[in-house]
Formats: sequence, structure tokens, C-alpha cells
Amino acid sequence: MTDSAAELRAALDDSARAWLDKTLNQAAEHAKSSAATSGTASLDEASVEQQPAPALWELRFAEAGRRCGAAHADTARVLLLQAAQADLATVTRLYRQGTADERRAVLLSLPPLVHGPQALPLTEDALRTNDPRLVAAAVGPYAAEHLDAHGWRHAILKCLFIGVPVAAVAALRTRARGDAELARMLGDYAAERTAAGRPVPDDLHRVLGLTQAPGEGHAPCKES
Amino acid sequence: MRIFDPHIHMTSRTTDDYEAMYAAGVRAVVEPAFWLGQPRTSPASFYDYFDGLLGWEPFRAAQYGIAHHCTIALNPKEANDPRCTPVLDQLSRYLVKDGVVAVGEIGYDSMTPAEDRALAAQLQLAADHELPALVHTPHRDKLAGLRRTLDVVAESALDPQWVLLDHLNETTVKEAKDAGCWLGFSVYPDTKMDEVRMVALLQTYGPEKVLVNSAADWGRSDPLKTRKVAEAMLAAGFSEADVDQVLWQNPVTFYGLSGRLVLDPPGKETGATHEGNSIRRGGE
Repeated sequence: MTDSAAELRAALDDSARAWLDKTLNQAAEHAKSSAATSGTASLDEASVEQQPAPALWELRFAEAGRRCGAAHADTARVLLLQAAQADLATVTRLYRQGTADERRAVLLSLPPLVHGPQALPLTEDALRTNDPRLVAAAVGPYAAEHLDAHGWRHAILKCLFIGVPVAAVAALRTRARGDAELARMLGDYAAERTAAGRPVPDDLHRVLGLTQAPGEGHAPCKES
Repeated sequence: MRIFDPHIHMTSRTTDDYEAMYAAGVRAVVEPAFWLGQPRTSPASFYDYFDGLLGWEPFRAAQYGIAHHCTIALNPKEANDPRCTPVLDQLSRYLVKDGVVAVGEIGYDSMTPAEDRALAAQLQLAADHELPALVHTPHRDKLAGLRRTLDVVAESALDPQWVLLDHLNETTVKEAKDAGCWLGFSVYPDTKMDEVRMVALLQTYGPEKVLVNSAADWGRSDPLKTRKVAEAMLAAGFSEADVDQVLWQNPVTFYGLSGRLVLDPPGKETGATHEGNSIRRGGE
């Protein structure tokens, strides 16, 4: 059992714990039975949209909030995705068919489940929303690893616009370091706020400071 | 005064409405899936709508301190369009979602065979998913529509105690009550019920199992009608406890049958529960 599973079990009451154990088993069984056919290399639209009868664990994924409580829903859903070893088609389907809470859990689980950039459309979709819960989940380690420079800079601005603390941004220090274009965008945004007589968010100054640290050459730079 | 509007189409309303509703005491709403005025032409159009009822709209409501839940269904009017009926096959994946507290609005519009099939199928879905059902009664030929609705409910797997019959009036309330259903009344500026008639019905039938809603949508309607009924009740001599029963406790108990009602604002769990649902006590 993983540390987070043990912590979650300890925090749940008896009926929620029984539900979690049963559902994690269903997910693990599903992972075993589908191991031969799954893959995350590419996205086959047909396998995303096809839904003969949803696997039992996918239905349980939807009800995690009311079974475990809102405070534990993210953890429970991430554990389910890991136990099921959900592939790219599955995480894409669960994201597309999910509520904001379910989408959040998919975004949080991406780094171990999908190794390449193939799940970026989910991150990009979340960054187009105006929902801070989704945006905060979208700027985690998966975005830090795979989002190109333009998309990543706009994600930072989005956080400042809608009030997501930049503390949520994974690898902020590394990616911001020496990024002159990000510094320009932040400066322009600060000027626009000042011209309108509005306050400049503290987080803007924080990120601006990070951009002014000297670059080290190997910082990710995926300009496209 | 704390108010729960058990039937309001917030998708069609503005943020000014949310502000005014909060100021009037509204702390919780249920938004039933219904017709948007403009007919839909494909199932995908419903899915985007359902996603909005489960995603953007509760998020919007939360910004104004209002808990938002929804009911999901193929509505009676569009149950007649064969381009829309494939939605029935996809409802199950929505009915498992945390924010869905009933199947609805289902029921009759023109009382066609297609509406018969959709109503029966969706009452069965409610039973399968352990959800109550919000049943719209028709605007035209209302009493005949109510009787046909009661027949279909009686033949279904769903207990009448899990059914809320909505848009009732003087002609339909008695038979609905005798059947053991919950009694919903929509109060409108110039159709359906008004405040004075609503109070008269409460004087005759009592507050038990009565829910009052604004059913506010994209037409001429008033999202503050719930508050206006509360004030009319007090002016007519009803107690504050009676008002609270009709405008808060009854909707909480009915939708609470789902086990999915969460009335705490996000991040402010109080630990208070009512029949498995956590409750935010409004009325500050």
C-alpha cells in the first residue's frame, strides 16, 4: 500500500474505508485484465469515446466525493487512477466526461500515469477554463515537464489573473529563471494594472524576481 | 431567513440575480435540466448542458455563497424529438455524479407515446440509482396530465414518497397529496401560482411536504418569488417555523433522499449532518 493510501484509510470512517478498499481492488483487477491491451503511446479517438459499459471502477471514480467526503476526494480518485493503471484513452475519457472535481483528479494524476506529452490537451483544456481549482491542478509537475514556453508563460499569467497562488506552479523557480519574455509579459501586465489604478498582485513581483535570476542554460526552453 | 429554491434555471440568470437572491436569504438552489427555449438538435448539445450544470454553474453559484445542485434528465418536450432521445442511453453516466440530487425534470408536456416511454424509463433510472424524481406536470390539460402521471408512477419501481410533483395548483394538489408525493408549486409573475393563492393553499393543506419554487428561467419570471411567498406566509399568520419548513427543511429532506446534498460552502465543513447530508445552516 502506498503512503497516501495508508493516510487516506486512517482518515476515513469505517464505511468509507470499506468502500475505498473494495473500489481499489476493483481498479487493480481491471488493471490486471486490461494490461495486455493498454498503452499510452498515442491517442485513439475510438477508444476514448467507446463506452460499451463503463468499468465498475470508473463509476466508483465518479462517486468518490460523496463516499469519502469532499476533503478526501482528490486523494481517493488519484489512488483509483493509479490502481487501475489508467492509460491515455482512459484518463482522456474520464476527463472529458468528468465534473470539475473529477477533472482535477485526472490532472493531479498525470505525471506517473502518462510519461510523454500526449496528455497535454487535458492540461491545455483546464488552462482555458476560469475555474481556479482546475487551473491550480493543471500547473503541476506534468505542465512543468511538458508545456511549451509560450503555453507555460500564459499559464503563469492566468494564475495571476484569476488569483491562483503561484505556489501551485511546479518547478516555478527553474522554469522562470532567466526567462526574459516572461519578464516582459509580467512587466506589461503590471503597467496595465497600474494604468487602470488597480493593485498589482504580490505574486507578480515574486515571479518577476525569479525571472531575473541568471539562466543556467539547461532550464527547459520549449519555445514553439 | 434561510431559503432553498428547489427549482430554478440559473443558467439563464445573471450574477445580479445571484447577488439579489443571496441578499434575500437564498443559500441553496437546485437547477433541473430542462428545455432551453431553443430546441436542441443532437445529444451532444445535452451533454454540454449537463456538464455546465455540474461544472460551471455550481462554481458560479459558489462565488455568491449559494450551494448549487442539479437534476438530470431528458425533458418531456424534447423526449418527442427522435434526434434527442439517444440521450436516454447516456443518462446513467451523469446520474452517478456527486452534484446530481434527483432525476428530472421528467413528466408530460403533450402526453404522447414518446413521453410515456421517456417518463417510464427515467422513473426506472431513478430507482436504479437510488435517486428521487422531480416530475413536471403539464401546463395544458393539467388534471388529466396529473392523473396519467400518477398512473405511471404507481406502475414504476419508484416509491411515490420519492417523487416531487411540480407546477401543482388548486386543481391538482389534492390528488397529488393523496398519492403520497411531495408537492411542488412554482410562483410566477403572471402564470402558474401567485403568492396570495399559494398562502391560501398552505392554509388549506398545511406545510407538510410542500415545496415552493420560483422556477425562474429565460422567460418572464422572478428569482425572488420564494422570499415573497415567505413574507406573504408571515403576513397571513404562519410562524417562522412554518416558513422554514416550507422554504428550507422540506427541500432539504426531499433532495436529501439522494444522500448527495452538500450545503456547506467549499472548505467550511461544519460536521453537521442531516440524513447523511452535510448542512450549512443559513439565516445569519
